[in-house]
Amino acid sequence: MNIPVLKFDAVIVGAGGAGLRSAIQLSEAGLKTAVLSKVFPTRSHTVAAQGGVAASLGNSEEDHWRWHMYDTVKGSDWLGDQDAIEFMCKKAVEVVVELEHYGMPFDRTDNGKIYQRPFGGHMSNFGEKPVRRSCAAADRTGHAMLHAMYQRNVKANTQFFVEWMALDLIRDSEGHVVGVTAMEMETGQVVIFHTRATIFATGGAGRIYASSTNAFINTGDGLGMAARAGIPLEDMEFWQFHPTGVAGAGVLITEGVRGEGGILRNSSKERFMERYAPNAKDLASRDVVARAMATEIKEGRGCGPNKDYVLLDITHLDPATIMKRLPGIREISIQFAGVDPIKEPIPVVPTCHYQMGGIPTNYSGRVVVPENGDYNTVVPGFYAAGECACASVHGANRLGTNSLLDLLVFGKSAGDSAVEDLKAGKAHRELPKDAADFSLARIEAINNRKGGASVHEARLAIQRTMQDHAGVFRFADMLKKGVTQILEVEKMVQNLEIKDKSLVWNTARVEALETENLIEVAKATMISAEARKESRGAHVRDDAPDTPEFPNGRNDQEWLKHTLWHREGNKIEYKPVNLNPLTVETVALKTRSY
Amino acid sequence: MQREAYERLRWRCIRRGLLEVDLALTRFLDETFDRLSEAEQQAFAELADYEDLELWHLISGQAECEDARLAPIVAMLRKS
Repeated sequence: MNIPVLKFDAVIVGAGGAGLRSAIQLSEAGLKTAVLSKVFPTRSHTVAAQGGVAASLGNSEEDHWRWHMYDTVKGSDWLGDQDAIEFMCKKAVEVVVELEHYGMPFDRTDNGKIYQRPFGGHMSNFGEKPVRRSCAAADRTGHAMLHAMYQRNVKANTQFFVEWMALDLIRDSEGHVVGVTAMEMETGQVVIFHTRATIFATGGAGRIYASSTNAFINTGDGLGMAARAGIPLEDMEFWQFHPTGVAGAGVLITEGVRGEGGILRNSSKERFMERYAPNAKDLASRDVVARAMATEIKEGRGCGPNKDYVLLDITHLDPATIMKRLPGIREISIQFAGVDPIKEPIPVVPTCHYQMGGIPTNYSGRVVVPENGDYNTVVPGFYAAGECACASVHGANRLGTNSLLDLLVFGKSAGDSAVEDLKAGKAHRELPKDAADFSLARIEAINNRKGGASVHEARLAIQRTMQDHAGVFRFADMLKKGVTQILEVEKMVQNLEIKDKSLVWNTARVEALETENLIEVAKATMISAEARKESRGAHVRDDAPDTPEFPNGRNDQEWLKHTLWHREGNKIEYKPVNLNPLTVETVALKTRSY
Repeated sequence: MQREAYERLRWRCIRRGLLEVDLALTRFLDETFDRLSEAEQQAFAELADYEDLELWHLISGQAECEDARLAPIVAMLRKS
């Protein structure tokens, strides 16, 4: 079949924060750069980031990148690579100032400097006392960031391909990445982007869970493509959860609700937090509350027909207090839970928020894989940044406001690395003759199949399986069953059927292709989580409890290592954590407590 | 609305930056859109072009719609 070929120096898949940041580097270096996105760039999920971006500018009080580094290593529960963490924390000041020059409307102090606010986990002097490190633009930091960087790209002549979906990575016989296949949704046409550099910035895959704060767009397309092309996925067992998302919708109910007197109840209306945290009760830390909720649900004391949520009760509060102190909560409950919280409790569940793992990269944004005993062999022509990548700076848990920093620093460094490699002067490598065959065969199978599984049902099966078996609190028996079950669900995904066969604007086909990406992420998560027999950061197992020998259930002798999941045979291997920063001494292992 | 135009609009409703907007627009398309007049459907399509934060502020009642043509659709989105 004759498939059109578009030749670019570089293609970037994804136009959220990381994609836009790396595109600036490439286009401003004069390279011919394409950015593919399923949606208009300013509608990327980066828009949902409100908290701010961490940088030790020291505008409000004394701060230092080494203190930021310490907080990040501690947050990661020592699973983060300390070379990448040093790189990121040191670069933070530079990328924030650059963003200011791009026109980002940061909040300012009276004397015109970027205003900095406190944020959970940001401390001065190696964990001593809180420090103001987060830079924000009101409550629309992500939104403002996307706009500033999109404008900069327009000026630099980046070519945007909007409402295009990337399908598969193209690798030649020597393993070099030479581009991607992609589909234009408006026409259904499949095209080859033939490139010298390919950067993935496709964001997270939070939609693998039934309850997720992630927008529908977060289907892990880059992770699916990488896995199908033989690239392992790193540390996929680590997902950050929030305790209270609206059951069935995922929309966040702020922790302020419990602060104002909200009470969690199980199916017999019992205030169950009294059993788990007799003193703090509903105000216990996020982890403790989420684990208690998961235990109640697992032990059959959940509410509703499927006993799969608990209730957040504020009916005893004065309605005037609810309206005044918790603005928006009543509207969210009415819109997404169908209940007025003044009269009825809100159904809530622990809800997936952020993916710590991803495509393995080094701190220069180059994708690395194990080869001949070297865990960090660069895949030529392939780069990744942002939530889809694992540098790894977040390790087992992410420090607040480091997500926007990650996409700025590693978006830029992936772009810089690509520029450096391209300036070394290599021409386009030859495209394999069958470059598009694999993608075309996938599409044809979806188009022609009769009597297969529905995309909607397959997605629900993935999400239910992940939520029940690999949620915020994990149980050995559930993980084991989860592995069997997700491999069953995979068979469903291999057998998808769509009713709409049209070529143009076929959203059913796009959703089927997304589901084929989701299942790769789901398998990687379930299998990696089952295999890691300790608790660390966001991966907490019932059978790895807090003991004097293993505080918080963490076992450094056996498990201070990164997981690598390979799609082929669902094989797991491990690689060492880099405890050696670039220029300073290591942040020594200790128990993580706040 | 023609199939092609509808499918394009559908994609622009079911893949947003904010989950809240995904949920509100998807539900509206599934439950309400077919019952609208052609002019109302056009007005909805115009609203769907708004930025995510702007749209969420309208839907959640944190802001009021100043365009008289679109305000009735915003009211329906709030109720749906």
